[in-house]
Amino acid sequence: MSEATRVAPAGDAAAPVLDPVLDPVDRRLVLATQAGLPLVPRPYDAVGEPLGLSGAEVRARLTRLLENGVIRRIGVVPNHYAIGWTANGMSVWDVDDARVAELGPLIGSLDFVTHCYRRPRRPPLWPYNLFAMVHGASRDEVRAKVARIQALLGDACRGHDVLFSTRILKKAGLRLVE
Amino acid sequence: MPDPVPPSPVVSAAPAAAPETSRRGAFTPIPLDDLDRAILARLQGDFPLSEAPFAEAAAALGCAEATLIARIERLLEARVLTRFGPLFQVERMGGAFVLAALAVPEERYEAVAEAVNALPEVAHNYRREHALNMWFVLATETPDGIPRAIAAIEAATGLPVFAFPKEEEFFVEMKLEARV
Repeated sequence: MSEATRVAPAGDAAAPVLDPVLDPVDRRLVLATQAGLPLVPRPYDAVGEPLGLSGAEVRARLTRLLENGVIRRIGVVPNHYAIGWTANGMSVWDVDDARVAELGPLIGSLDFVTHCYRRPRRPPLWPYNLFAMVHGASRDEVRAKVARIQALLGDACRGHDVLFSTRILKKAGLRLVE
Repeated sequence: MPDPVPPSPVVSAAPAAAPETSRRGAFTPIPLDDLDRAILARLQGDFPLSEAPFAEAAAALGCAEATLIARIERLLEARVLTRFGPLFQVERMGGAFVLAALAVPEERYEAVAEAVNALPEVAHNYRREHALNMWFVLATETPDGIPRAIAAIEAATGLPVFAFPKEEEFFVEMKLEARV
């Protein structure tokens, strides 16, 4: 499936992937931190020690990786089920191609939408081109939020569905391997 | 320095009847107090890149450095947090991320889940209610890893993979405040 490779960096569909390729030291730093930062008063010193880097060098590199978007953010990553967001619905919409570029950002700006993308249709099974992940404390709450999206899309939307997740089969995240 | 954040009414960190279950079994709820909630609300990003970042973050939260470290440790152990540290963006490292789905016959569901999950390229996998009833994210270090992973899944399961690469990203921000 060659279309699977049409993946562009966030927010810039035209640019080829990659400006900042990781240099070998960055790569070792990613490997050393992808499982998490050490819970010690000087975590950057601790990360650098086995790599032969000073804490200042580690911090400078992490700052650069944050600036160029290789790191989205540094902090705690909650298990969203554990903090009360127990219902998540993947809402999917068949939106007029002429209007999806204008409506997508509007849906993405809703505070209960965590991801919003335009994706290809797979007719006849899958007529939907806009995906918006909606989170709530219950399915009814998710449905009410989906109704707000429907109202915003109005007559640009020809159909929609909400796919609730019923089981986490795997949750690992990307791991670089040595 | 004592922890100045007062204890608040104890609430459970997970509802008694969560509709979702993970393979690892039931989630064990722990009580969260105001400091835990402040950590969840304010430390999902912007963890300082200073020499002593826990001390700096703790000062902003009004607690001691050792208290903050102990709290994060406890939240990780209780799986309220899945991790603590940098969150990487795969595409910016030269990698690729693609959402894909399968229509799995019910009687084969467990075996197919096992075959799909066995691939290291499968980062997340969820059961969802639809004819397309298995939805997973493929994450690979280079873009050409995606078609290889898709071919491997098709070979292992005998089922066609429906790939949904993103064509445009309107918004991504997985920051949710604690509701408990």
